[in-house]
Amino acid sequence: MVELFTVGETIRDTKAPGGPIQEQWEARRFGAKLINPANRRKLSVIIVGTGLAGASAAATLGEAGYQVKSFCYQDSPRRAHSIAAQGGINAAKDYRNDGDSIRRLFYDTVKGGDYRSRESNVYRLAEVSSAIIDQCVAQGVPFARDYGGLLDTRSFGGVQVSRTFYARGQTGQQLLLGAYQALERQVAAGTVEVHTRHEMLDLIVIDGKARGIVVRDMVTGALETHVADAVVLASGGYSNVYHLSTNAVGCNTTATWRAHRKGALFANPCFTQIHPTCIPVSGEHQSKLTLMSESLRNDGRIWVPKEAGDGRDPREIPDGDRDYYLERQYPAFGNLVPRDVASRAAKNQCDAGRGVGPGGRGVYLDFADATARLGRAAIEEKYGNLFDMYHKITDEDPYQVPMRIYPAVHYTMGGLWVDYDLESSIPGLFVVGEANFSDHGANRLGASALMQGLADGYFILPNTINDYFVKNPSTEAIDASHPEAVKAVDAVRARINTFLTINGARSVDSFHKELGAIVWEYCGMERNAEGLQHALGLIGALRDEFWTNVKVTGANEELNQTLERAGRVADFFELAELMCIDAFHRLESCGSHFRTESQTDDGEALRVDDDFAYVAAWEFTGDNSPPKLRKESLEYHNVKLTQRSYK
Amino acid sequence: MNVTLRIWRQHDRHAAGRMVSYGVESISPDMSFLEMLDVLNEQLTAAGDDPVAFDNDCREGICGMCSLVINGIAHGPEELTASCQLYMRHFTDGDTIDIEPWRSPSFPILRDLIVDRSAFDRIIQAGGYISAPTGAAPDAAAMLVPKKDADRAFDAATCIGCGACVAACPNGSAMLFTGAKATHLGALPQGQLERNSRALAMVNQHDAEGFGGCTEIGECTAVCPVGIPLDMISRLNGDVLSALRDNTT
Amino acid sequence: MSTMSTATAPLEYNYTYEEHLSLLLARCPDRSYGEDMVVSNGAGQRSRALRSSASLHAAMAVSGLIMVLFLLAHMYGNLKIFEGREAFDGYSGYLREVGEPLLPRVGALWIIRVVLLICVLVHIYAAFTLWHRSRSATAGKGGWRYETTKNRRGVQRSYASFTMRWGGVIVGLFVIYHLLHLSADYIAPGGASPSPYQRMVNGFSIWWVVLSYVIALIALGFHLRHGVWSAFASLGANSSVARRRGLNQLATVVALLILVGFLIPPLVIFAGWVR
Repeated sequence: MVELFTVGETIRDTKAPGGPIQEQWEARRFGAKLINPANRRKLSVIIVGTGLAGASAAATLGEAGYQVKSFCYQDSPRRAHSIAAQGGINAAKDYRNDGDSIRRLFYDTVKGGDYRSRESNVYRLAEVSSAIIDQCVAQGVPFARDYGGLLDTRSFGGVQVSRTFYARGQTGQQLLLGAYQALERQVAAGTVEVHTRHEMLDLIVIDGKARGIVVRDMVTGALETHVADAVVLASGGYSNVYHLSTNAVGCNTTATWRAHRKGALFANPCFTQIHPTCIPVSGEHQSKLTLMSESLRNDGRIWVPKEAGDGRDPREIPDGDRDYYLERQYPAFGNLVPRDVASRAAKNQCDAGRGVGPGGRGVYLDFADATARLGRAAIEEKYGNLFDMYHKITDEDPYQVPMRIYPAVHYTMGGLWVDYDLESSIPGLFVVGEANFSDHGANRLGASALMQGLADGYFILPNTINDYFVKNPSTEAIDASHPEAVKAVDAVRARINTFLTINGARSVDSFHKELGAIVWEYCGMERNAEGLQHALGLIGALRDEFWTNVKVTGANEELNQTLERAGRVADFFELAELMCIDAFHRLESCGSHFRTESQTDDGEALRVDDDFAYVAAWEFTGDNSPPKLRKESLEYHNVKLTQRSYK
Repeated sequence: MNVTLRIWRQHDRHAAGRMVSYGVESISPDMSFLEMLDVLNEQLTAAGDDPVAFDNDCREGICGMCSLVINGIAHGPEELTASCQLYMRHFTDGDTIDIEPWRSPSFPILRDLIVDRSAFDRIIQAGGYISAPTGAAPDAAAMLVPKKDADRAFDAATCIGCGACVAACPNGSAMLFTGAKATHLGALPQGQLERNSRALAMVNQHDAEGFGGCTEIGECTAVCPVGIPLDMISRLNGDVLSALRDNTT
Repeated sequence: MSTMSTATAPLEYNYTYEEHLSLLLARCPDRSYGEDMVVSNGAGQRSRALRSSASLHAAMAVSGLIMVLFLLAHMYGNLKIFEGREAFDGYSGYLREVGEPLLPRVGALWIIRVVLLICVLVHIYAAFTLWHRSRSATAGKGGWRYETTKNRRGVQRSYASFTMRWGGVIVGLFVIYHLLHLSADYIAPGGASPSPYQRMVNGFSIWWVVLSYVIALIALGFHLRHGVWSAFASLGANSSVARRRGLNQLATVVALLILVGFLIPPLVIFAGWVR
């Protein structure tokens, strides 16, 4: 067998300062060199992506006086997919006097991540969480309030404190609009230039430092070179490698993958989070999945018919013929077990033929008991909007018929490797938000994604990037005529021409669907060595077919959505292979990553700290050459490693 | 089910456009409207034709990117529903469905069903924000906000910026979009200091972009996928008038 | 590439980008447009805002509401026809004397006339400016700018909202006719007379005079049905969904009151109950 990967040097320096964990961020900020405001005007930053992390970073760096260029593929920065986050944002405010603290948020996040995240980063995240809420309120984010006019909070994702701030079911939208407005304010002030409908297609690295990007104007097809003193990627996660996910259909890995190919390490790609309460697939035509808040599990009971293939109307199946499998398997937590456990249990039921709905890919989430207990009005009050959404999509009334749910990919913890300064392994390339790997380990806690995106953009990056500028003064003025820039543009142009000249027989979407099905099957909720190797074979073959048989219509010099998708899918192929290799090498179950070979006697995830307490950062070594594994070992001085148990 | 589509095709912003008919067969009623267009595009690609370009992203009704006028109604026949959340079960076998882009001189057509809505970004740039530099914020609990004001601000802030209000307005006005932002920020205590200047700057930018005035017809609010109410325009009108009376702005 | 010289030229929706820009430029020459379009949020906002559509609508609202008050008073006066010739002609004379001796004779009446004239001019100026802006903002086609012929009447539009502009023109032409007829005694169907009472009786005994008044009043009724609601909304009074309902009910009441109040005298005269 060909070697799947090689092992390289261990990563030693993460730039996290030593000392007590609660003093590290202050120490780092004090240690970072500062720049005189007059000199900031001479420094330029490119920011790719305008979600929570990208927009907040652009606004803040613009306010600080840097020249910022911001890019997004949508028609406005406000469309970024952060907008779809429903639940809320965590902050260690302890407004409820319920025992919350920075330390507890830190502890919950490390534990929730199943001890695969870096302590120093997570502690800092918890530390700045409070300031995020302050900032957002000042911007006019209309968080929920109680009748006394104070901010309301709720308990979220199974934690015991009430630390989640929210704006009905649209917290992401409200936070993003706050950041977007701050960004547009800077556009008016002349410090930020926004380039919408521009997609980054390559990174320009000069003398080992990130100095610019190649973008395609998605309206005219023109390839443009933009240079700067530093580049920030805030381009989000890669859930769409599965084709069907809760991400927007345009979300892609191209920016991060192109940077990876230019030398940035890609960390923990196999850590992908699956959300248990999504609306099931209704047929072949499905283009995306819709998530419903997992708060539904607070009152709904999950079950499947005991008999495989029981086709009766769910209301006619008596209790005795139903299997409330979560309540049976996990009597202590019942329907409230963590996301990954609930997801895997649903998959197992469906694999055993007991699934319901189209294709047998679904389980019931039943509110009949809750309605009898609390009354329909109470259910409507709590879940009315979710029920309406479900009704609109499925045409079934959940007040009458049990909902059908199925897990779907929702967030990716993996991403480009960054150090404590959020700088990747390419100097001058910073990565923020979901695009980096940093804070969530092997599993993300509910309501932590919004927190991390805004922490990175508002408070962390603006306090670390200055140190890079001071220590790496640009010695020569660079423009689009620099040989490295020209080379990058030529490579992008050649790739586009290849897509347009293959003129095969299959559409881009058909490849994406097939790729997604493979990754979902073998690198989804459960992985094992055999399946992953099989998947690698399938992906390789499909990738070869893609490059000889894909059909991309039209030309480059026009608005061409097929061409846009072709580039994204081509990068997903390469990422999918790395995901499978990463999943293959990590022979343990941790967080979202469940290896069937590593489980306890009663079928629970078995973490192997002795062998795998490290970040797996992968180095690109060439197109037909196995990636190189660079380990960053994780040491825990402030929390004690424990094995999860929900029995 | 089988449907006939009549779709506006226009190669780029300088080209002339026209309606073109296509037949789409074996559509499932459980498909979303955009998934039905995906099926059409697969057909067109297989035949070597250019697929129909249309804006879409989240496909769950929140990003505001999708923008189709379906049978003359912005976002189609269902109330409180964006194009991406519209399902084919609301149509019947054999229907002819007309699909056009938002039509407004302030939203130039870029290709087929895609328009340029950057005018909305510029209205926000003019004043659709509260000036709160990062790091300067007081503790979030330092300011109490009455629940009804917070709820009102939230209702206004749910605007997804899709532009359906402009597409539906017989006057081509964007006052519902502008009014929603003015109401969101103006309902909160944090937004009071800039309330007057914001109203003037946003209304001026609104006009400068070429949008028409509001004659209170209400088509905008009827097609709005999130149900922004008409009173938010009145709120903005009131803000403009009080700003004009205040000679310090 | 053809460019557009003024904003009044007919626009197609497949106009070019350059045409779009020149259209905008013609609208607001004080601003520069193009790829480098800059948002201005500095000085000068107040004076620009005075010319904004929102301000023009407020001007229309105020002038319109003043005219509605006048109409209510006018309607009240008309109903004096039931008190007989002397009372009616006496009331007419009183309008010329009111305010004496502080004001000269016919002084108060002239003040009212001037105020009304200003209202009419403001109302018409604002209406035509806004009409023009609205046509430019819809490529000259208003609500009919889509290729499809389906749902051209919108989702919830009231008939009254369709008739605002042309209805306004009809009302305007009617007002001229009406002034020439009953105020100036210039057109005198049925015979001229120095007595306002007699002028009314003479005129409204003729079927086509009555019919022309009925048509004009119905047009006015529709204009007020949407206009009164819209005026309050333009002035910021529509503050909630409930208020929207309330203001619309108010507009219906005002429109019906004025319609019925003005229709009674001509119909009664035509029926021969008042001679």
